[in-house]
Amino acid sequence: MLTVYHYLGLSAILFALGTYGVLTRRNAIVIFMCIELMLNAVNLTFISLSSYLNNLDGQIFVFFVMSVAAAEAAVGLALMIAFFRNKESVEVEDFNLLKW
Amino acid sequence: MYDKLWLIPFFPLLGSIINGLLGKKIKNETIIGGIGTLAIFSSFIVSVLCFMELRLDTVKSHQQVIASWMSVGNLQIEWGFLLDPLSAVMLLVVTGVGSLIHLYSIGYMHGEEGFYRYFSYLNLFAFSMLMLVLGNNAMVMFVGWEGVGLCSYLLIGYYFHKQSAGDAAKKAFVVNRIGDFGFLLGIFLLFWTLGSEHGIWTLNFVEIAQHGHLLGAGSVVVTIITLCFFLGATGKSAQIPLYTWLPDAMEGPTPVSALIHAATMVTAGVYMIGRMNGLFAMAPDTMLVIAIVGAATAIFAASIGLAQNDIKRVLAYSTVSQLGYMFLAMGVGAFTAGIFHLMTHAFFKACLFLGSGSVIHAMHHALHKAHAHDDPQDMRNMGGLRKHMPITFLTFLISTIAIAGLPGLSGFFSKDEILLWSLAGNRGHWLLWLVASLAAGMTAFYMFRLVFMTFFGKERIAEKAKSYLHESPLVITIPLIVLAVLAVFGGYLNVPAVLGGAHRLETFLSPVFGAAQQAYGIEPPHMSHAAEYGLMGLAVGIALVGIGLAYLMYVKNPEMPAQLVAKAQGLYRAIFNKWYVDEIYDALFVNPTKKAGTFLWKGFDVVVVDGIVNGVGYIVKGFSGALRLTQSGLVHNYALAMVVGVIVMVAYYVFG
Repeated sequence: MLTVYHYLGLSAILFALGTYGVLTRRNAIVIFMCIELMLNAVNLTFISLSSYLNNLDGQIFVFFVMSVAAAEAAVGLALMIAFFRNKESVEVEDFNLLKW
Repeated sequence: MYDKLWLIPFFPLLGSIINGLLGKKIKNETIIGGIGTLAIFSSFIVSVLCFMELRLDTVKSHQQVIASWMSVGNLQIEWGFLLDPLSAVMLLVVTGVGSLIHLYSIGYMHGEEGFYRYFSYLNLFAFSMLMLVLGNNAMVMFVGWEGVGLCSYLLIGYYFHKQSAGDAAKKAFVVNRIGDFGFLLGIFLLFWTLGSEHGIWTLNFVEIAQHGHLLGAGSVVVTIITLCFFLGATGKSAQIPLYTWLPDAMEGPTPVSALIHAATMVTAGVYMIGRMNGLFAMAPDTMLVIAIVGAATAIFAASIGLAQNDIKRVLAYSTVSQLGYMFLAMGVGAFTAGIFHLMTHAFFKACLFLGSGSVIHAMHHALHKAHAHDDPQDMRNMGGLRKHMPITFLTFLISTIAIAGLPGLSGFFSKDEILLWSLAGNRGHWLLWLVASLAAGMTAFYMFRLVFMTFFGKERIAEKAKSYLHESPLVITIPLIVLAVLAVFGGYLNVPAVLGGAHRLETFLSPVFGAAQQAYGIEPPHMSHAAEYGLMGLAVGIALVGIGLAYLMYVKNPEMPAQLVAKAQGLYRAIFNKWYVDEIYDALFVNPTKKAGTFLWKGFDVVVVDGIVNGVGYIVKGFSGALRLTQSGLVHNYALAMVVGVIVMVAYYVFG
């Protein structure tokens, strides 16, 4: 029988994986994907707790998170393309123009 | 007619605005000069009408309030005018002499650059002076007081491209400011004391005269108030210790010297004392100070005048000296005599200045034509001018006789009145009389020295320039003639009883001065007719000795001055260099002030003020230098910081 703890455990693992990826990867696209992973881990938490508590709020919130994620993806990819045109790279080490 | 009082200062203001704003476009000198002269002449006509009406009126004090100026708690100040015998006399002098000098200026300033600027300033001056004279409260008077100072500055610096003119203008302004400071303190103290201690919050002259006695005759506070006012008077009227600006003010055009620095503005201090005679009469100590300062100035300035060679400088020191007489008169309680001398002095000194202007004009013209570079104002370059300029010579001579105090002319009556009061008035002293008489002798000497050096003797002007010398045009000589006539007959306004006169000016002014003189025991001198005749004879004798000496030294025996100078080198040097007063002031006040200024700049402003500002900058810079190290620019570091931060926050809420 799958309890809510299994879902929460899976979501925690996914979130940790995403965080790890954000902290270690250099390629901005990959980091971006890791962030999506983190968002979806949170979504999973919302859904499972919503189902467990018989409360629809969590599911509604997931829609918000997904729409924000979609907007973020659009803006983020546009930024990356613009950056790539200038620097021929999407490595985050090269994202340092505002450095002192 | 009294409701038309506002017109008197209004006309010159209008003229000033028209010439100031449109003069550049008008260009035509006749029109510009005409507007200026007409403006002041209109004021003169209104003044005459007001005077006529006042003379026959039984009520001698009329006020007209135009508008409220400020109203702050107990302080109520109005734009108001006051017509009484004193201001009526002053109005006539200011507008009358002013009109003549405006007319004269049309000829004198012909062809000068900024002709319209000159007339605009001159009208503005007339406006300020009339505000000063007409103001019914101390603040309006102060507006005029500052206004005339400003116009004096502007007109002294009229030839502003000349370094010396600019310096003289600044000097006049700064020295005047010292006096104005005293004047303001006097106003504040008077207002506060009358208000807080006696509940009369006022600056109105009529009310001050009415309630001034509450301050208490001879009290300390009234002495301090009047001394403050007197400090203001010393600045504006060029008395010791603040007289040094007036001789330098001769850098301005000559009609300006005649109008501002001889006839009107410099007499403002005398007028102010007359206006507040009630307060001054209550402070015998202040009166004594005024009398001593006046007598000292009279003889001190006269002594400097003995050895100057610049024609205008001699007249300038003469003015300082004559102003000293007026203050001496005020100081011994002879208010009428002071105002009387103010009036006669305005006539003959304006005539003398305008005459010297006519001479300078002719000299300048002749030297210019002959391409000579001699100084047109130096009397050593003149001589024998009476043949070339008969009208100028005659009017100049008449005024010189008047100022020397020979019987029959205006100066004789006014000076004699002052001498009489200073000897026999109950606030006089024989020492004051002695000093004043000596100064009168010196006056006669240096004035006739001036006449002899300028109009008599050999013609010392460069040979080639001689043929270009000629009399000035009518527009210049007419004012000279009118003033000379006034210099002769002005004295008959106040002929003393002993000579069969009726003291008409004194009677006319008694509504203003009489009350205070009676209340505080200032009595006119009581003397037998024989003694009065004796005094007159003595004064005339002293003047004749001065004239005789001048004749001996500068006509009969022209080598004598040089021999005398050789004998008394040191004394001559000291007199010639004005007793080194300017140098002493420089050493005592000007240079220390400059040094203090430099110290405040380099020692305080640069080190402390700039130090604080820059120090704040350095501190911020230091902190930011440390803090910016956290901004590595690496995205991973920021992400790590966020993660750690979130973990810490979660941990705090979960386990805390």
